[in-house]
Amino acid sequence: MAFTPPKESFRGRVYPVTIGTEVQETFGGENTLPFHRFEGEIPHRPLISYEIQDVPPQDWPEVVREPYSDVSDDPVKWAQFCQESLGAKSITLRLIGTHPDQKNLSAEDAVKVVTDVLNAVKVPLIILGSNHIEKDAEVLPKVAEASKGRNCVIGKAQEANYKTIAAAAMASGHKLIAMSELDINLSKQLNILITQMGFEKERLITDPMCSALGYGIEYTYSVMERIRLAALAQADPVMQPPMVADVGMYVWKIKETQASEQDLPEWGSLRERGILWEALTATTLMLAGAELLIMRHPDAVSLVNTFIDEMFA
Amino acid sequence: MALTGVEIFKLLPKTNCKKCGFPTCLAFAMKLAQRQTSLDKCPDVSEEAKRILGEAAAPPVRPITLGTGDKAVKMGEETVLFRHEKKFVNPTVLALEIKDTEDEAVQMEKVQAVLTSEINRVGQLLRVDAICITNASGEVERFETLAKTVAEKAPEVPVIVSTESPDAAKTVMGLFSGKGALLYGVTEANAEQMVPIAKEAKASVGVRADDLEALSALTEKVKSLGVEDIVVDSGARKAPEILEHNTLIRRAAIKKNFKPLGYPVINFVQREDPLYETLLAGLGICKYASVVVMSSAEKWKNLALFTLRQNIYTDPQVPMQVEQKIYKIGEPDENSPLLITTNFSLTYFIVSGEVENSKVPAWLAVMDCEGLSVLTAWAAGKFTGAKIANFIKESGIESQIKHRELIIPGYVAILKGAIEEKLEGWTVTVGPREANGLPSFLRQKVAA
Ligand code: SF4
Repeated sequence: MAFTPPKESFRGRVYPVTIGTEVQETFGGENTLPFHRFEGEIPHRPLISYEIQDVPPQDWPEVVREPYSDVSDDPVKWAQFCQESLGAKSITLRLIGTHPDQKNLSAEDAVKVVTDVLNAVKVPLIILGSNHIEKDAEVLPKVAEASKGRNCVIGKAQEANYKTIAAAAMASGHKLIAMSELDINLSKQLNILITQMGFEKERLITDPMCSALGYGIEYTYSVMERIRLAALAQADPVMQPPMVADVGMYVWKIKETQASEQDLPEWGSLRERGILWEALTATTLMLAGAELLIMRHPDAVSLVNTFIDEMFA
Repeated sequence: MALTGVEIFKLLPKTNCKKCGFPTCLAFAMKLAQRQTSLDKCPDVSEEAKRILGEAAAPPVRPITLGTGDKAVKMGEETVLFRHEKKFVNPTVLALEIKDTEDEAVQMEKVQAVLTSEINRVGQLLRVDAICITNASGEVERFETLAKTVAEKAPEVPVIVSTESPDAAKTVMGLFSGKGALLYGVTEANAEQMVPIAKEAKASVGVRADDLEALSALTEKVKSLGVEDIVVDSGARKAPEILEHNTLIRRAAIKKNFKPLGYPVINFVQREDPLYETLLAGLGICKYASVVVMSSAEKWKNLALFTLRQNIYTDPQVPMQVEQKIYKIGEPDENSPLLITTNFSLTYFIVSGEVENSKVPAWLAVMDCEGLSVLTAWAAGKFTGAKIANFIKESGIESQIKHRELIIPGYVAILKGAIEEKLEGWTVTVGPREANGLPSFLRQKVAA
């Protein structure tokens, strides 16, 4: 029996999304499944964005706090460190300090941090709220306006607050992350609602909600695979934005990245465990379709970069 | 791929003789397609039809067992390319390679690492499943020494014997005869000598070729030499080739019913850096490897891979629920706070994770809401004051704590009155809306 390689091609294509101004990065744009360069085109590599935040990362575990210990008291220093010392291609600024349960910083505080960081670095910036529905609706429009023209990514718009956030992102010429909770239909619905406001679907990034390895990653994995198949095989235009995996935040709060080896000797070294957990969560979700990854630990990022290098060699 | 009723009908005698108990051959064919009857009911079916139908009924990826007894592991039997379509069947076998060129101390350490690798994760016992002994020296004697060590120290662990030398294979396979071993290293060049050795030891055969075309020809050859339990290696060692070959093999088997590649796949992912090696093993787990051979088995690495394998191989159709009960987070005592949430498994994971983060020992009441999240369950009338009150009363928690305070999710603050009304003597406190507010909430609570 002769063997014919059962290669497959698709009608659909993921939109390429370009972010930044002075320095630009593009992700998405492929017409095939993740890393399937043997049967389709993947013009851009996945993009890894280093996560920093507006307030010192007190709730980050020691393993991931340590690399930033000299800079994390100041978001500007932190951003510069990522760009210069770590070679970050993009930076994600999470305005976690605006959360009412955190420092409850005001929109004005947030605007100042965003402006300072934007003035200090050239690489594209992703600006995320604190994931508090009302507060994000208050803060994100202000920071979107303050960063107008810088072609940032603003997020995350959710079903309960997308209107104000999407309107602001649109008016200020930014890209937008639309997040829904692990359901392909909800995700599609939200993208439709946002595009019905006049927001171009080519400027959207879908966040089907991330989960860490061991904490629901199989749900994120399958929702991502289904969204990607809808984009490629069914060529569904609202499912064609690239996808983001907000890896660091989900990984560095679970037990596996915090419990010491003394407490759980059968889990082995905490440092390797934490770094691996973040890297493996990231590569697994890339295999499901994520093109934009938000990550924390420099060693995890370099492991994932090596993996991407090998895939694109 | 299963045949349709009409396709089966074409292979039947078409005499409508009714001997099978059905009124017509077509009716019989339809039942066959639904697997509600068996072909032997028709006495007149041709040998040709039997062969075709038999082949079509065989699973697209051949089932093969590695090892014997309690530690035996199954491979193959997969039916889909994407896990949302149907559960992936037999979880990837994780194998640790031990080379005959390594120091004896290193070899012993690795055997120990496998023997002590077992971890219990959410109720499942997980471990490094197999040992792959590799004849890296090319010498028969050294290989035999290693094989003897492994056979003696880890007699129950399934073994992959990796060598391309028929002499080495012949010397060593006797040690694993009848133990469900896998003789890996069968190639186009050595198949005639190697396959009989595997056959004699009742072992399966691991074949290696340099591309998929050659691999297909090789499995046919091995089959003609009398062994059908085959595990295939396309020679892929780099990530893009592993992904490409594994995908094409799985597709050929499942979508094209291409028998020469309908076998479990083995991937070799050994790398210098154990962290990076883990990422490649993860690629194998996600993308269709039945066996992944690695060079090390650090505890943190095992934990990550066991977890990934468990996650990828769970049944996607089982509703995302956890059991209704009062969970202990940390070591709560009679004064520890009591929180309530729904049994959507992600809600549970996230809430319990945040409570854990707070380092405040607590009781977490998880209520059966048919796997809905808090807001959806409330909207659907499954997370109501009356139902919550009932659950708390029946849970028996009242005998375990002294206080009578229940913390509810901020999103359902509206339930406070209703619960207090139904749950006499209790106070309801409204917690944060998002789980990420729990650590500061709980810390303040116990500090107060
Ligand atoms: S016994 Fe065979 S030939 Fe007779 S009706 Fe049934 S299927 Fe047809």
